[in-house]
Amino acid sequence: MNQWFDIIKYRRWFFALSGTITVLGILAFAFFGFNLGTDFKAGSRVQMDLGQPVTTSQVRDMFAQNGFPIGPNAITLASATAGSPNNTAVVRFGERLTPAQVAKIDALEKQYFPKSQGNQTQMVDPIVATQTSHKAVYAVLLASLFIVVYVAIRFEYRFAIAAIIALLHDAFIVMSVFALLRREVDLTFVAAILTIVGYSINDTIVIFDRIRENQKLAKPRSFEELERMVNKSLWQTMTRSINTVVTVLIAALLLYLFGGQSIRTFTFALIIGLISGAYSSIFIASPIWVVWKSREFKKKPKKPVAETV
Amino acid sequence: MKKTKRNWGRFFAFLLFVVVILGLTGGTSVRLWKTIPLGLDLKGGMDLLYQIEATPSQPLTKTGIDAALQAVELRVNSLGVSSPQIELEGKDFIRVDLAGNFNQQQYTQVIGTTADLKFYGQATQNKNGTWTPDPKTLLASGKDLKSNSKWAQDPQTGNNVVTLDFKDPALWQSITTKYLQKPVYIFLNGSLLSAPKIDSVMSNGQSEIYGPGLTTPQECITLAHELNAGALPYPLKLVSSMNVGPSLGMSSLKATMIAGLAAIIVIFLFMLSLYRLAGLIADVALVAYLYLVLVTFSGLHVVLTLSGLAALILGVGMAVDANIITYERIKDEVRNGKSLQSSVVAGNKRALRTIIDSNATTFIAGAVMYWFGQGDIRGFAISLMLSIVISLITAVLLSRVMLLLFTKSNVVGRPWWFGIGKGVVQK
Repeated sequence: MNQWFDIIKYRRWFFALSGTITVLGILAFAFFGFNLGTDFKAGSRVQMDLGQPVTTSQVRDMFAQNGFPIGPNAITLASATAGSPNNTAVVRFGERLTPAQVAKIDALEKQYFPKSQGNQTQMVDPIVATQTSHKAVYAVLLASLFIVVYVAIRFEYRFAIAAIIALLHDAFIVMSVFALLRREVDLTFVAAILTIVGYSINDTIVIFDRIRENQKLAKPRSFEELERMVNKSLWQTMTRSINTVVTVLIAALLLYLFGGQSIRTFTFALIIGLISGAYSSIFIASPIWVVWKSREFKKKPKKPVAETV
Repeated sequence: MKKTKRNWGRFFAFLLFVVVILGLTGGTSVRLWKTIPLGLDLKGGMDLLYQIEATPSQPLTKTGIDAALQAVELRVNSLGVSSPQIELEGKDFIRVDLAGNFNQQQYTQVIGTTADLKFYGQATQNKNGTWTPDPKTLLASGKDLKSNSKWAQDPQTGNNVVTLDFKDPALWQSITTKYLQKPVYIFLNGSLLSAPKIDSVMSNGQSEIYGPGLTTPQECITLAHELNAGALPYPLKLVSSMNVGPSLGMSSLKATMIAGLAAIIVIFLFMLSLYRLAGLIADVALVAYLYLVLVTFSGLHVVLTLSGLAALILGVGMAVDANIITYERIKDEVRNGKSLQSSVVAGNKRALRTIIDSNATTFIAGAVMYWFGQGDIRGFAISLMLSIVISLITAVLLSRVMLLLFTKSNVVGRPWWFGIGKGVVQK
């Protein structure tokens, strides 16, 4: 691909952009926090496929009239596929529903909404919720650690650190978007973050691989040469960076649109992460590496002096 | 470009690959699909997680936990559910997965509770109307019964009853002798069930119970199951449950399949339009990927869950990444002035390293997910790891063999057929 513009030269703009998004993300966490789902927050969740367009008040009536304790924001409506009417209702309870209550909901659902397709109920005890949250955090940290080690072995530690900064940047952006939009965070969200952590680094590796190769062909001797070499590598790999993400994005997007309500959180997180991953591989990871690598040029002149002493 | 002789032998070998892949897939994939076990979220069912609770008198021991696991298995089997999954999770959790549609209330009761049936000689009524047994007058308990209790209807009264059969008929005979014309107090789970007056001495050890809380056949069947399953060594606490209606499962399966099919078609066209004949080879390799996924799932009896299905569909997008990396690399080689054939050879070789490095990281993430996760997340992790390994076979190995055969056959010589535009080729 032609070199449209000098990516490395404008690196400060990209750093500023990502920095701004990160600050906004931190603010979003501080003010909103996560909208934690039942997996992490103990209690119950009932997802009903009602087979007909419904309103919140219809669903509320069904529970309120039969003595279920229902909070003000307990009901969320969703559609089975994007764009179709809201046939699905998700109701969350702070309390743990007993099997008897679950059976009662089954019966009520059929009585109030004769076309209903049945439901999916979930009950989680605080013990399990705490365990799950801990596991989720460990899993993301551990996966990142292993990937750093792998990249450090295959490349060099500077590549590994640059890659991991880009990767955590992606994970953070997805989390910020979820905090900002108040979207429910459940266990599949963690799976999405882990997938992003594993996959978004692919592009980074393809680019680093090319940088490593070009570096061998002609070793850059100055910051300008380094800048030019990395910029060339980025544009040489641009088509592949874009095409590889586009294919996965196609799959994620179609799953989001048609794949049903249960995996929509997952695919939404994935879409954000894929886009952010493609961006950070090109505009964040490589510039970080350049900045770091260029320190070698500043150190080198001093070396001979040190040796003569 | 110099015209070289066409090698039809290579071309037919290439065609053979295509025909075998498409033939196998077309011929056997439906049958394979039917042998893949579906997860609870796709066919409906219950997932129950119990915590084994230690009591002050009974700390958790290895043998005790094994006994609890066995007791749960016995109870689940008594329910007659097909292929239940019962496993110990962590140190003190038991996970029970039951597929199908049933009454969650009844099942959780049978699995998690012990029916505490006791016969007393004396009991006193409290001020609020409830009864308290005199513990000194315990006559018999559930332990004295054979495991063949069942629901029946009393021929005289028409009441729904649960039949009891004493292990030792002599015990029941002595009780009925001692309490002839006197009431016996039967307590279930600490509350009075009934206090029948003994009318005659019973020598065959058979009896029946009825009372409030045992009025419907359903309630009688549940109690009979509980009695037959015996006591649990520890109390079990239901700490997490997931209940999926079967039609809901079917509709998510259908929706995800449609999404997957749409994704596959779009990715097919994407590859075809970008890389033309080479794209077609990638598409054939993709068919082989899907087929191998089916074979693996069917052969290893991997349970397919909704999130697993999502991983496989994402895997389609990831599998062609290897093709894209290779094809772009071939373009680079052509750009550097190599002939098409040597570009294909060099491009394949050089791309391999990059492909392995980039897939390894995704595989690491999958392995960590499998290690930490349970249920849903594990299903996703297994599918992700399998799809990476399979895609390395199809998108790297198979595609490479097919691309080399095809290029060396010289049937087409123009780089255009490989998605290499005029601007790229340097004369």
